[in-house]
Amino acid sequence: MALVLNEEQRLLQDTARDFLAKHAPVAALRQLRDAHDTVGYDPQLWQQMAEMGWASIILPEAYGGLEFGFLGLGVVLEESGRTLTASPLFASAVVGASAVLLGGSEAQKQALLPAIAGGTLTLSLALEETQHHNPTYISTTAKIQGENFILSGSKFFVLDGHSADSLVVVARTGGTERSSAGLTLLLVDRNSEGLNCQRTVMADSRNAANIKFHNVVVPAENVLGAVNQGWAILEPVLDRGRVAIAAEMMGCALEAFDRTVAYLKTREQFGVRIGTFQALQHRAAHIQAEIELCRSVVLQALSTVDDAPHQLPPLASLAKARLNELVKLVTNEAVQMHGGIGVTDELEIGFFLKRARVAMQIFGDTGFHKDRYATLCGY
Amino acid sequence: MEDLDQFRLQVRAWLAANCPASQRQPMKTDDQYWGGRRGTFPSADAQLWFERMRDKGWTAPEWPTQYGGGGLSPQQARVLKEEMKSLHARTPLYGIGLWMLGPAVLEYGNEAQKQQHIRAIVNGESRWCQGYSEPGAGSDLASLQCKAEDMGDHFLVNGSKIWTTAADKCDWIFCLVRTDPHVKKQEGISFLLIDMDDPGVTTTPIALISGESEFCQTFFDNVKVPKENLVGELNKGWSVAKALLVHERKLMAEIGSESPRQVMQPNMAAREYLEFENGKIADATLRNALVEYDMLMQAVGLTHFRAFEEKAHGVRSAASMVMKYIGTEAEKTKSELLLAIMGSRGVGWEGEGKGFTSQEIDTLRLWAMSKALTIAGGSSEIQLNLIAQKVLELPQP
Repeated sequence: MALVLNEEQRLLQDTARDFLAKHAPVAALRQLRDAHDTVGYDPQLWQQMAEMGWASIILPEAYGGLEFGFLGLGVVLEESGRTLTASPLFASAVVGASAVLLGGSEAQKQALLPAIAGGTLTLSLALEETQHHNPTYISTTAKIQGENFILSGSKFFVLDGHSADSLVVVARTGGTERSSAGLTLLLVDRNSEGLNCQRTVMADSRNAANIKFHNVVVPAENVLGAVNQGWAILEPVLDRGRVAIAAEMMGCALEAFDRTVAYLKTREQFGVRIGTFQALQHRAAHIQAEIELCRSVVLQALSTVDDAPHQLPPLASLAKARLNELVKLVTNEAVQMHGGIGVTDELEIGFFLKRARVAMQIFGDTGFHKDRYATLCGY
Repeated sequence: MEDLDQFRLQVRAWLAANCPASQRQPMKTDDQYWGGRRGTFPSADAQLWFERMRDKGWTAPEWPTQYGGGGLSPQQARVLKEEMKSLHARTPLYGIGLWMLGPAVLEYGNEAQKQQHIRAIVNGESRWCQGYSEPGAGSDLASLQCKAEDMGDHFLVNGSKIWTTAADKCDWIFCLVRTDPHVKKQEGISFLLIDMDDPGVTTTPIALISGESEFCQTFFDNVKVPKENLVGELNKGWSVAKALLVHERKLMAEIGSESPRQVMQPNMAAREYLEFENGKIADATLRNALVEYDMLMQAVGLTHFRAFEEKAHGVRSAASMVMKYIGTEAEKTKSELLLAIMGSRGVGWEGEGKGFTSQEIDTLRLWAMSKALTIAGGSSEIQLNLIAQKVLELPQP
């Protein structure tokens, strides 16, 4: 387990920071928002990111990947969290790629992974059916009919759902309601007949959709993994996603905090810089302490994916729960310490506040992960 | 790395062969051996175990062999610690000399001081206490008044120190004393070693809310201290003190994971005292408090490890700066959680076996003692000041 970045990872971090600051700063997200951009991210930027290998960091070399591991991925995600960069990095290159990597047949991997690695194919996971993350609460059905499955149901909060080329749909093919048994993962072309996609506009100006499936015909060969055994793939995919989004949230928290500390050093009131006030110093110092804890947790979770994936579940929940709490604390304090300007749209701090709230809902809120961690601990 | 694995196997074999079975049992407070002229061994096995460890230099694994230490690298010392932990081997010798004074003397002391004091600490021959705080100098440590006047061939010390741990059982005290009252307060302080048997040194125990009296007030009335007992330069004691405080804070930060006492763990207490329904703690509030604590402690453990790794790799980070604050606050949280889990069985004060078990009473006493953790060694508020100043570099008033 490595809790310190190596030379290569630090280099990647520097590259990512420079690139994103130049090509995808927060101002770029504001522009996409104000232009009501239909895709919601800049495809050219995504191509550039893919050319630098970012869409293939976690993939094996055999499929055109960099094979740089989650610790490597983590530094890029953290940097993209600092700039709030909108891209398919999380939904496709982490979650979609992991689903194919962990669940796909050799033929599926050959067909899909190089395209994901090249940024030319984007995937999206269609999972949620309620307003709270609940990965076994699946009512969407896939019924076998000859050589096909007939898919019906509704999915919410499908990240990049409106722009992805293909969806990985979690459907029920058996088992009782809310059980992890009887789930099946299906690859569904977004242009399928009977698929209705409604893009949702969310607080963070990033991209998601609500998707309805009405008797969508899916060829049986599009099953990822085995029928009824989807949970064995879905759970580790979700854990990888949780760790990855935690790394992005780390960047979001760090940037919001850096900007706030910089403001405390320059803003003057009562004839002095407000950073001299102990009331603010102690709150800022407390955040620093929380950041140190979270950094260790995220690094450990990332390297656990690489080195000991069987130990991942508690660490993934630890990372997501603690990062949920961190971004909430930091973004709230960031707005408060900026004072009046903190609640203006002109200042970018508000973008961090809003991204934090959406990210907190992705793959489990704090309550979900505390409950899971307690259950894993046996109480 | 292979060498380290090799070392681990050797350590494991040696510990298995040399640690008496009785010294692998959970220990109570009075099972600890603190050394010193007045020190007594709690048992013959404790003595045997101590002597074997001492002969290896492993009472102070990282100190140089020339002064009796183990000469291990930080990585090797960590291996030793891990192997002792997995065998449940007791710590053979406790002491403020080992944890705080020794590292300071090794860094700032002269050769004669190292020869005199380091080996005596390793061998458990001298027990030390700390003379920093004064009745009028708590968080504002640098305003201390206890003075040492230069009398030519010796210093004459007058004043008092408070929160001197077990001063009535110690052989030596290391003190911060004022040697120049006319300069900025941090610049007129020196670091002095004083023999507790010297004429004019007296101690009075202080009764605490825990019912214990582990701390004393120590008085100095015209105590003559030889000039060679000055550590570092005259009036430069503040630097020595700060370096030593770093050791103290590191120690206090790790108190949760390294506690010398046999303490109940909250998740074990939950099984004993709480109702379960379908495999879950029925009380949702307590279940939430417990999981928050367990998550916090995993994060704290990982951060200790990260701080260690970063130091080994020469990476600068703020991790070690925040750990005293985090670690001691967590320890208080744990004590409060234990009380909440134990309910009315958690508030027994005395009378072992009469309504309460000794463990229940111990837990309450530790809860009371835990309140001192965020005060001693630089209070939580002082820690936050330091983080704001040193890490965040916020402007100072």
